[in-house]
Amino acid sequence: MIPTRSARDGSANDPRTMQDDPAPGPRLVRSGPAAVLRFPGDRSVAFRPRALIAGACWALLALVAAVLTLGGGDDPMSPSDVVRILTGGGTPAEDFIVNELRLPRLVTALLVGAALALAGALLQSLVRNPLGSPDLLGLTQGASAGALVVVVAGGGSLALAAGAAAGGIATGAVLLALTWRNGVHGHRLVLAGIGAAAILTGVNGYLMTRAQLMEAARALLWITGSLDGRGWKDALPLLVAMAVLVPVALGCARALAVTEMGDDVALGLGVRLNALRLTLSAAAVLLASFAAAAAGPVAFVALTAPQLARRTTRAPGPGPLASMFAGAALLVCADWAAQRLFDDRQLPVGVLTGLLGGGYLVWLLAAGRRAGRI
Amino acid sequence: MCAVLVLLAVLVLSIGFGARQLSPIEVWQGLVAGDSAASTVVHGMRLPRTLLGLLAGAALGTAGGLMQALTRNPLADPGLLGVNAGASAAVATAAGFLGVATFDGYVWFALAGAAAVAVLIHTVGGGRGATPARLALAGAALNATLYSYVSAVMLLDSGSLERMRLWTVGSLASAQPETVAKVLPFIGAGLLLALALARPLGTLSLGDDTARALGIRPARIRTASIVAVTLLCGAATAACGPIVFVGLMVPHLVRALTGPDLRWLLPYCAVLAPVLLLGADVLGRVLARPGELQAGIVTAVLGGPFFLYLIRRTRTAQL
Repeated sequence: MIPTRSARDGSANDPRTMQDDPAPGPRLVRSGPAAVLRFPGDRSVAFRPRALIAGACWALLALVAAVLTLGGGDDPMSPSDVVRILTGGGTPAEDFIVNELRLPRLVTALLVGAALALAGALLQSLVRNPLGSPDLLGLTQGASAGALVVVVAGGGSLALAAGAAAGGIATGAVLLALTWRNGVHGHRLVLAGIGAAAILTGVNGYLMTRAQLMEAARALLWITGSLDGRGWKDALPLLVAMAVLVPVALGCARALAVTEMGDDVALGLGVRLNALRLTLSAAAVLLASFAAAAAGPVAFVALTAPQLARRTTRAPGPGPLASMFAGAALLVCADWAAQRLFDDRQLPVGVLTGLLGGGYLVWLLAAGRRAGRI
Repeated sequence: MCAVLVLLAVLVLSIGFGARQLSPIEVWQGLVAGDSAASTVVHGMRLPRTLLGLLAGAALGTAGGLMQALTRNPLADPGLLGVNAGASAAVATAAGFLGVATFDGYVWFALAGAAAVAVLIHTVGGGRGATPARLALAGAALNATLYSYVSAVMLLDSGSLERMRLWTVGSLASAQPETVAKVLPFIGAGLLLALALARPLGTLSLGDDTARALGIRPARIRTASIVAVTLLCGAATAACGPIVFVGLMVPHLVRALTGPDLRWLLPYCAVLAPVLLLGADVLGRVLARPGELQAGIVTAVLGGPFFLYLIRRTRTAQL
């Protein structure tokens, strides 16, 4: 959705827009994939109906999956019951199960999914490659290294989350500092990130060998990404971070879409490239780190969700808002499936997203090669 | 000649250093004479470990040189592009689901996994508009996928976590005399094939049409190269776990000595890569005494900065 001041933008070829509209009141003009809502007095709003519908569908899917998740489990409830209990009309027992046990986990899943997807969308736009994601650029590995250091030192779960956030942020800062050369360059960031990911994978392997077996199992569970036993205290720091970072990212969305047309075009249209890239990469690093602190670096949500959003909205790039909804829906659905796929045991959600993401990746490599994009 | 001397020096160091301090004389006596404590240490542990490092290093270095020539990509490395990770994912499957616990079982799975990724990388890397950065990114993506798969397997079965967590960092420590004997035919065959391919691959770098005119069948040479890479990486990974950056660093260093001619480059890689791997192994043993840092970790930590240097040196236009 792109608000524009001039109704003549982008629709000059369309003969219908050239006619003057004598009737007062808003009027809808379609032009290719975009539509323009014209108001009297030379004001208008341009948007993509397809993107709106797809975004709404993702949000709806997330909502439905959320209600199903709240109602499912050892003590099943119907969706209408869930809504009744959420609005405060349940018995104390129902209230405890839904609001104290299931809701924190669900909210964490929604927030983590949205944050990871937004981080992925920003990075993919910045490096202009559908493979740009915190998983591949070392941020995930940095967060894991931070958490593992805490595990080896024998810290508790709060320290583990703090270590993860610190590890991710430190990795991001080092990467940006290393690749800074009169600005952030997508290419350099990718390559330096791959190098950092390889180093940190080695370091993580070493830390794993240093930990006791029980602790190594706990650390591995965390590295894979799991929502088991997540409470409000896990979701709160992420919520605060998102409250700041999401508006920043959405505010930059339009300028980011312009940079996809090339640096020269973007500069010509008055985008301050360096400031924009620095802001957005910092935002992506922070989002990914805080998400990792809340639930562990759930694999590949950041890679797949923006691409799902891009394909369903048929937009040229991954839109931040649609990506967030897609990420939230993806993670909640994956968590729902991971809890129910095997009767006897719950899978950590990261296992499922990792396998799904892997399959998607193989397809992307095959399809992207044909199109010459990867 | 000098390269061989350096290699010999590192071999001596690798046999000489370890958790148990032995004087050079004790080591020598242990090596030639039987039944002493030194002899047990030297024959049972250090000698197999050194030989395995020699073989695995030669395999990874040569595979790196081959892959760089094959994909025409200065950033190609069997570790970075996921070939080693493919082998380790296959080994994890074998260990986690099928209960395979012997090297004889591992090695076939490792070869299959390495082959699958090598073919995938070759098809991706050979596409139109395939730049080094894009290939490296595709490899990193594959690595991440396979790595998350390996952790999933370890997570579901704590028995394989115990067995695999040492193996996945890339270590020479578990070397047995039998392992060395079993890995030798695979790596030997791979090395011979690689050396035989040096000349036709060099011709192929002139372009497919020119190569065809000079009597070379590009498809056949490429297939043979993939087979060689698979043999080398699969066997090396099955024996000591995924090790990154050896195949990246060594060919670049060697190229500074020999120039781009593959007929010189590949043999030098085979001689100098073990120097790096064994050097890393010795360094790991010396630094973290009385424990040790696994060789794979040392090469990762050494190789990362080298990779960054390579990126910074190469102009962005080339990447």
